[in-house]
Amino acid sequence: MELAKDLCIILLTGILTENFVLSKFLGICPFLGVSNKFSSSLGMGAAVTFVMVCASLVTYPIYYGVLVPLGIEYMNTIAFILVIAVFVQLVEMVLKKFVPPLYNSLGVYLPLITTNCAVLGVTLLNLTKEYDLLESVVNSFGAGVGFMMAMLIFAGVRGRLAECNIPKALSGAPITLMAASIVSLAFIGFGGVVENIFGA
Amino acid sequence: MSYMKEFTKGLIKENPNMVMLLGMCPTLAVTTMAINGLGMGLSTTFVLVCSNIAISLLKKIIPSSVRLPCYIVVIAGFVTFVSLMLQAFLPALYSALGMFLSLITVNCIILGRAEMFASKNKVLPSALDGLGMGLGFTLTLVLVGSVREIFGTGQWFGITIMPDVIEPMTLFILPAGGFFVLGTVIAVVNRIMKKKPREISCSNCPNAKNCFASGECPEKEVKEGGNA
Repeated sequence: MELAKDLCIILLTGILTENFVLSKFLGICPFLGVSNKFSSSLGMGAAVTFVMVCASLVTYPIYYGVLVPLGIEYMNTIAFILVIAVFVQLVEMVLKKFVPPLYNSLGVYLPLITTNCAVLGVTLLNLTKEYDLLESVVNSFGAGVGFMMAMLIFAGVRGRLAECNIPKALSGAPITLMAASIVSLAFIGFGGVVENIFGA
Repeated sequence: MSYMKEFTKGLIKENPNMVMLLGMCPTLAVTTMAINGLGMGLSTTFVLVCSNIAISLLKKIIPSSVRLPCYIVVIAGFVTFVSLMLQAFLPALYSALGMFLSLITVNCIILGRAEMFASKNKVLPSALDGLGMGLGFTLTLVLVGSVREIFGTGQWFGITIMPDVIEPMTLFILPAGGFFVLGTVIAVVNRIMKKKPREISCSNCPNAKNCFASGECPEKEVKEGGNA
């Protein structure tokens, strides 16, 4: 029971209060770049969630099984980015060969994900917070779902913006960033929600 | 003379984050204080210059099919070096930048310059290009950091400069303020330089070539399908 409660807290914190995009500033490029369409936001969000969960599953044994015994923890950035790059490539090839429908809906976003700082970010965050394997996976899943939710909300906002008459200097990137600022402001409202639900 | 141009283009004309709209994550995340922006900018500049030199030297050895993973490993090596140095000599800055120091590895400015410049040019122009781009990045970070620190806490580089009667607006050091200040800075730059406004899209991303090659980049899909 205690375990389930802890995992729920980690999950909800990742989705709402410590949203990766809107409060941690991770994965801003895909968030701003791909969110101009609802369907692509959904695909990108699902692909990122999948890669995050798998990356934390893969990097956990590498850190505690290889880097720690050898005493080279400082190599974690190099090891993790290599593992993520190889893993993403592998998933892309496997999906393309064996599950073409899934490849068509998710695989197209995979090349963009290798250099997505949210994926490397979540694996490093699992280390700094000293989560065990299960907690790491739940945290990655929450971060991914939070990323997807922020993208979907923002795709809706941008749909409205596209029909507005925007001053010339503000059009393009500036108005997008300002809209993101207001969405981020809305997420501040979630502060304290998780603690109150679980009385933690 | 042309060497000078490689250096100066990154400062304003092709400024990596105000004009090319790359490397948004660190620009937003570490700029709650001007000093953090300066530290992050200089660390990134160091990595950028070193990786540009290394990649320019290695460009004949690296096979083009696996070049992106190779570049990333070279960059990650220099990032590890910088973070160990900062941990030893500037521990306060090290803990302020936190995770974002490691995340310099996936900063698309560095990979972008490796892909677009260092892999095609000689060592000296590559080093100057890296220096110029890095200092342009630092300039933006310090600018955004200064605005956020002055309005958010009433201080600048830790020195109180706002009179007491003006209450600091905490909003500016919250994440929402980061998005807003960066948006405003880009708008002002667009206005002054009379630039055609650019949208943030995956065409700026160094990986875009791989996507476009397969013809399946979501950005292309959007263009073909008209407005969603």
